[in-house]
Amino acid sequence: MITHSNQTADSRHLLEFVLRQGDNALVLGHRMSEWCGTGPALEEDIALANTALDLIGQTQMWLAYAAELEGRDRSANDLAFMRDATDFRNLLLLEQPNRDFGHTMMRQFLFDAYQVPFLQALESSADQRVADIAAKSGREARYHLERSSDIVIALGDGTEESHRRMQDALDRLWSYAGEMFVTDETDIAMHNAAIAPDLKLIHAQWNDTVQARLNKATLAVPDSTFVHKGGKNGVRHEEHLGHMLATMQVLQRSYPNSVW
Amino acid sequence: MYAQMVKSSGEGVKTAGEMDAQERAFQSRIDAGEKIEPKDWMPAAYRKTLIRQIGQHAHSEIVGQLPEGNWITRAPTLERKANLLAKVQDEAGHGLYLYCAAETLGVSRDELFDMLHTGKMKYSSIFNYPTLTWADMGAVGWLVDGAAIMNQVPLQRTSYGPYARAMVRICKEESFHQRQGFHIMMTMCNGSVAQKEMAQDALNRFWYPSLMMFGPSDKDSVHSAQSMAWKIKMDSNDDLRQRFVNATAPQAEFLGLTIPDDKLAFNEDTQQYDFSEPDWEEFYEVLKGNGPCNRDRLETRQRAWSDGEWVREGMMAHADKRRNANQTAA
Repeated sequence: MITHSNQTADSRHLLEFVLRQGDNALVLGHRMSEWCGTGPALEEDIALANTALDLIGQTQMWLAYAAELEGRDRSANDLAFMRDATDFRNLLLLEQPNRDFGHTMMRQFLFDAYQVPFLQALESSADQRVADIAAKSGREARYHLERSSDIVIALGDGTEESHRRMQDALDRLWSYAGEMFVTDETDIAMHNAAIAPDLKLIHAQWNDTVQARLNKATLAVPDSTFVHKGGKNGVRHEEHLGHMLATMQVLQRSYPNSVW
Repeated sequence: MYAQMVKSSGEGVKTAGEMDAQERAFQSRIDAGEKIEPKDWMPAAYRKTLIRQIGQHAHSEIVGQLPEGNWITRAPTLERKANLLAKVQDEAGHGLYLYCAAETLGVSRDELFDMLHTGKMKYSSIFNYPTLTWADMGAVGWLVDGAAIMNQVPLQRTSYGPYARAMVRICKEESFHQRQGFHIMMTMCNGSVAQKEMAQDALNRFWYPSLMMFGPSDKDSVHSAQSMAWKIKMDSNDDLRQRFVNATAPQAEFLGLTIPDDKLAFNEDTQQYDFSEPDWEEFYEVLKGNGPCNRDRLETRQRAWSDGEWVREGMMAHADKRRNANQTAA
């Protein structure tokens, strides 16, 4: 469990905020790494591994900062490998299983379209460390968005089958996208402290990007406004995360205090 | 490395007298150390042997992602996860260079994949062994990449230009992978009792399969002579194997690990290590498809390919539509 003793309200929120960023990168990076060697083409194997690699690199930066803020003498690795699912703060969207390449790239696209304007805003964060990490991650996110958009457009427009599969992926994942814009007290505190942007602004930018590119992809935006929640505040993850962590954490949990 | 038992013409090396004028000119270019380029004339058997060799090498890179992919999701730290991801990504990149090199000989990547998936072409026997603990990620880097480097460094001077150039890039990355693997082994050997046991166990399981990577003894390798005359094979299997043992034995000692061979000892007379041959029966069984992972590896690749069909078709269809739209607009 993460305890918040000896911390002011603001520093609690900052830790929570930084953990969310780190866990998003870790969980999505892990999902992408599950593709290893089984992509639909060699170029895609390389690109999937590259995306995973970027995200694990971002995880290292965010979780190292979270560990410092926490002040309990833990490392980024301790946070990644020794926390239980209930302590994770990733979006539910990102723990969704890969299912097929269409789901994987749609999940990536919906997240990238958020991550690009979000990180761009963070580059002028009042917290210098947050700004630095965002600047470094932002370049990668822009490239990820370019790639995931191209694929969503191509496969949405491609054949009858690829269109159907991309529409299925969009329909299935749509109700998870809204959690990115659910504003809670941490988001409000971060916005008030000029550390992070107003999520309403990011939502508007996300809508523009997503609508325009899904139109190009000839995909229909689902009508539903229902939003699955519980990942970013850790209140209720889905069953998928526990299985992911059981795999990911097995060595650290089985052989605690070892050096690898 | 990753090319074993590559068939050549099977008819032995032609003497100068048996060659026609074109073949003689070709052989003298090779003897003079010139590179053969894709548009140059070459004997059909040279082309065919190279396609087999480069194809087998490329397939090995691709299938070789799988035993390591088996541990990417369980890597014990973020740094190790990132290193392993980068390594596997390099391997996919090596596959890409090599398929491109093979394409210059007139065979497409799809054709080569088809030959892999239907079992007409092989990949290195080493990838039919399972990776059972994290120490195997160390052993694979240290021994398997180490063995690969032994063979690939000389191949940078191979006679076929595109292959030689691909090899230059590949060798740089492989030696980095080997160091990374050795570092994992070192960390495990300096770690807890359980970690050191894992390291020893990994060496026990990977030692002989690594020796097999060089292929059977020269006296049993019917295709070597012609490939060596063409400079698409630079050293004999036995020479490379000996070089590998000479380099690796002191490293094992440094790690405090025991190579699972009672006969292994430094011979003062030859200034080389004596060692036991691997079990060649096992080697031939693995080549026939009876290794512990042959079926799983091939099925994984076949499934990846068939699951990806709709993606490749979708991408192509979209590209066609765009091309048509551009033509209409123009």
